[in-house]
Amino acid sequence: MDLPRRYKFGLLWTAGLLVFALVPLLMTSRYQMNLAGHILVWGLFAVSFNMLWGVTGMLSFGQALYYGIGAYSVGLLVTRVGAAWFFPALGIGLATAALISLLVGLLVIRMTGVYFTMLTLAFAQLAYQVTLKWRDLTGGDDGIQGIIPPGLLADKTFYYYVVLAVVFVSIWVLKRMAYSPFGLVLRCIQQNPERVRFIGRSVRMNQLRIYVISSLFAAAAGALMAGMDSSIHPDMLYWTTSGEVILMSVLGGINRFFGPFIGAIVLILLEDVIGAKTEFWPIVIGSVILVIVILFPRGVVGEAQHLWSRFRGDSSQRSPA
Amino acid sequence: MNALLRVEQLRKAFGGLKVTDEVSFSIQPQEIAAIIGPNGAGKTTLFNQITGQLPPDGGRIRFEEVDLVGRSPQDIVRLGIGRSFQIASIFPDESVRDNLLAACLSRLNQTRRLWRPYTSHLQAGEEAMAILASLGLESQANRPAYELAHGDQKLLDIGIALALRPKLLLMDEPTAGMSPEERQRTRTLIKKLWEEYRLTLVFIEHDMDMVFGIAERIFVLNHGRLIAEGAPESIRANRDVITAYLGEETG
Amino acid sequence: MDFAFLATQMVSGFSLATLLFLNASGLTLIFGVGRIFNFAHGSFYMLGAYFGYQLSAVWGLPFWPAILVAGAAAGIVGSASEYLFLRRIYGRPHEGGFQILLTYCLILIFDDLVKMIWGSEYKSIAKPPGFLGAVQIGDVFIPTYNLAIIAVGLLVVLAAWWILSRTRAGRIARASAVDREILGCLGVNVPLTLTVVFGLATALGGMTGALAAPLRSVTPGAGIEIIIDSLIVVVLGGMGNFWGAWFGAILLGEVNAFAVAFVPEWSSLFSYIVMVLTLIFRPEGLFAPARIRKA
Repeated sequence: MDLPRRYKFGLLWTAGLLVFALVPLLMTSRYQMNLAGHILVWGLFAVSFNMLWGVTGMLSFGQALYYGIGAYSVGLLVTRVGAAWFFPALGIGLATAALISLLVGLLVIRMTGVYFTMLTLAFAQLAYQVTLKWRDLTGGDDGIQGIIPPGLLADKTFYYYVVLAVVFVSIWVLKRMAYSPFGLVLRCIQQNPERVRFIGRSVRMNQLRIYVISSLFAAAAGALMAGMDSSIHPDMLYWTTSGEVILMSVLGGINRFFGPFIGAIVLILLEDVIGAKTEFWPIVIGSVILVIVILFPRGVVGEAQHLWSRFRGDSSQRSPA
Repeated sequence: MNALLRVEQLRKAFGGLKVTDEVSFSIQPQEIAAIIGPNGAGKTTLFNQITGQLPPDGGRIRFEEVDLVGRSPQDIVRLGIGRSFQIASIFPDESVRDNLLAACLSRLNQTRRLWRPYTSHLQAGEEAMAILASLGLESQANRPAYELAHGDQKLLDIGIALALRPKLLLMDEPTAGMSPEERQRTRTLIKKLWEEYRLTLVFIEHDMDMVFGIAERIFVLNHGRLIAEGAPESIRANRDVITAYLGEETG
Repeated sequence: MDFAFLATQMVSGFSLATLLFLNASGLTLIFGVGRIFNFAHGSFYMLGAYFGYQLSAVWGLPFWPAILVAGAAAGIVGSASEYLFLRRIYGRPHEGGFQILLTYCLILIFDDLVKMIWGSEYKSIAKPPGFLGAVQIGDVFIPTYNLAIIAVGLLVVLAAWWILSRTRAGRIARASAVDREILGCLGVNVPLTLTVVFGLATALGGMTGALAAPLRSVTPGAGIEIIIDSLIVVVLGGMGNFWGAWFGAILLGEVNAFAVAFVPEWSSLFSYIVMVLTLIFRPEGLFAPARIRKA
């Protein structure tokens, strides 16, 4: 049943694109467009994170490091040097993220399990402290405000569409990767790393590759966010930021490629709706997610697909990336 | 004729316990050899040293005149040695076909590809299907591997090793955990695969029907030492071998 | 750089280390026995501080009993959390991520809960009478309360040593650190053990929070501050290594104290650098026999 499936996929893709494209036109206030923009950026961040975790089994608790690199590259260069530096800043951010993720990656892939997680956390916290304390460079706890992208991009609506385009293309690229031979190897690494060696592949090298790739897209997300919010803050590197993408991935479903994106939608909308009703939104969100996580281990997308295939009477389900 | 695999004076000890004690032997191309011995004799440990999972304390291992000691498992696999495991080593959440596809893609060095879907790599797909056919698992192609019966999982394990077109295939208790009928079928299948893929086979087994049924040469290990080697008849009559096995039961 | 200054730093480092140890020991205990990473451990520390505040500053209970009761109360909340929530995710694939998530949810819930009940302003607990002054040794002034903290720490260490090495419960805990599954085969009621250990560990954390409260204010953010430091101690000492946590805490406490004295701006960096270096070169902990190596 390959043809209808690709059809269905393409349809969902286009529908999603359309929904996001129509937001600025249909919504009455800039606030909602901003919300949709946040969903897009976090969605990209979460999807790129899940390539590490859901696909390859590497639970990194420090992706905020690269998110922060992207954000601060744009933030620093645009405000200190000039708005025209927006795109070069994006490039520099990606290059820096590539370099640092390569160095950090070489160190972290030597570990597995909780040690891997702890080390990624440690590096991110280290970067957080540096960013926080180096006031001369980064403004410290005040963050940096007034990050205005150049030219047409200064218009919020135009910037939104640029974000939409970049996020969609990025997620499309990641999806191709997930379904490529490389993606297959990554899933195999998660299930049986020894066997991967015994088909002639290096587990470490492949882990390093996906670590760098995932971090690059995290940096891209951070850079986009800097221009969208026009401000950045060291909290972007704090462990709670790394935690958010873990949260989104679980909410949406770790085992489905789009799970984390859906998780981003759910979490951000939830935070928005509940935040508007009460100042005590953390306890509501925390409780809601607690219940969801306990009752629905497959996440929103996973449970939905599970129900759907049971409804249709399918006996076996394979999980794509 | 040059030996395909040459093991010379291999030594390995854990603390005071010698698990491999000056083992030397060679394997000729296209032969079928069995390694037998009581439990704890060091058979799997021997395999682990050949395939690079365990560094020996001393001695040499040469495959086609290339030194194996110090190389990583993935390098050794690429040199042409395949391995199947005592407990089937497969990718449980992937389909049976994808298990083999991963191996075939690796053989064709296409696993670095990031763009085209792995399903559209036709040559690898054909190779995977061919192996599936040899194993008799075509009907299971789309099932996730964890759903397979134990015996079929062992077959899949062998299939994955075969996908790399090894010159030498090391099989660790290929019929372990199988029923007598499955063993019989597996025995026939292995013989068939040996011919079809022009393999050199070395297998560890406890199933004596298999050992005496298809092996041309038998190596007997006990307490890490090679205590006998030769044709099936001579091994059957060998007093040391009998003592080794009987000694285990009465000791 | 005079001796008095150095000595004062060392002592303050020591009492800081004691607090860190008391908190981190709970964290490492849970990890060692249950393979659970309780990221919400700091929240129980915070709850302990608030319970302590409520008992001692509001209801007027004498200080030392209040600390113990506060700890026990935090422990009950901890046991309940394990029983109601954490238990549901044991054995799930990707359990590690789920642990981080669940405990993160608990952080959100507890942080808001204390705000709802006690408000967001800083609260404080007074030092207990008799411990308000300082002891003078030469030129060095050591606040009596800090000495009390160190004494409490030593008491806990002694009690822990006795329990771990002399009692059956302690042996079970040590065995569990090696293999959770084997315990079930030995006839130990594993779920009960996990709940009890979790409760004990969070009680310890809660008591630490109450103990620390006179030195720092009682605020909703207290939990988040201490969790990372406790985590570093656990890493330094070896994850699951109870005694290692003590050495790790001393090391971190002293490093912190001296760093703050000499390079106050960058003192926090040192903690992370030590953590990174430990994980890279000795992931099994600085004080453990070489056991865990890289995969």
